[in-house]
Amino acid sequence: MNLKTVETTRRETLTLAAIAGLAAFLAPKMSFADENAVAAEIKKLYGDKKPASGKIKLDVPEIAENGLVVPVNVEVESPMTDKDYVKAVHVFADGNPLPGVVTYKFTPACGKASASTRMRLAQTQNIVCVAEMSDGNLYMAKANVKVTIGGCGG
Amino acid sequence: MANAPTPRVRVPAAAKAGEMIEIKTLISHEMESGQRKDSSGKVVPRKIINKFSATFNGKPVFEADWNPAISANPYQSFFYKASETGEFTFTWKDDDGSEYTAKNKLTVG
Repeated sequence: MNLKTVETTRRETLTLAAIAGLAAFLAPKMSFADENAVAAEIKKLYGDKKPASGKIKLDVPEIAENGLVVPVNVEVESPMTDKDYVKAVHVFADGNPLPGVVTYKFTPACGKASASTRMRLAQTQNIVCVAEMSDGNLYMAKANVKVTIGGCGG
Repeated sequence: MANAPTPRVRVPAAAKAGEMIEIKTLISHEMESGQRKDSSGKVVPRKIINKFSATFNGKPVFEADWNPAISANPYQSFFYKASETGEFTFTWKDDDGSEYTAKNKLTVG
């Protein structure tokens, strides 16, 4: 009887150890941002102001074969005069270890609120873009990018 | 890093007044994201260029704050509405405090 008890305990211990090992193996190597992290970033910048949709043309590929270099082009509709221009544009990625990608600061001298760069994407995710106009209005656009090879920590 | 970052900029030499010109910039830099681990499992410390800015005759034109999600050898393009003859100054600021600059002349006529 006694022996059996010991036997069970040991088996249990082994099972637990195995589960713990499996959990450690399955646990993600790094934590990723999510939609909430992006929303929190926007809240940090603009408080409770809700961005409207429209005005932004967010150009990203639908499928990115290489997550290390994903082209991203943002264009915001605006006359870009001294009184009415795009002040700032923020680009976020909700599936990267850090949500921020880039922040642009435009001036009326740009003539056009348009900029391109290349970013890294760790996995398939949404790209969120928020534009702040000189009158304080906010606009938002969103696009999904399918990533076949991740570009973070690889 | 094997080589010091070298900036490359493409700006048209001349433009008409009021013309919209596209400026394309590229700088060699590995943009270490701070997320990567080396072979011994240690996190490679972050080292990126965190700010790019462009001025024309000393006046600010465009700025970009880069995060670790920007690709290695960062590319940046933007527009400028030509109004007067002058010189662009492009500045890249590194995490380690170094600054890389490039200057380009633009003739408006």
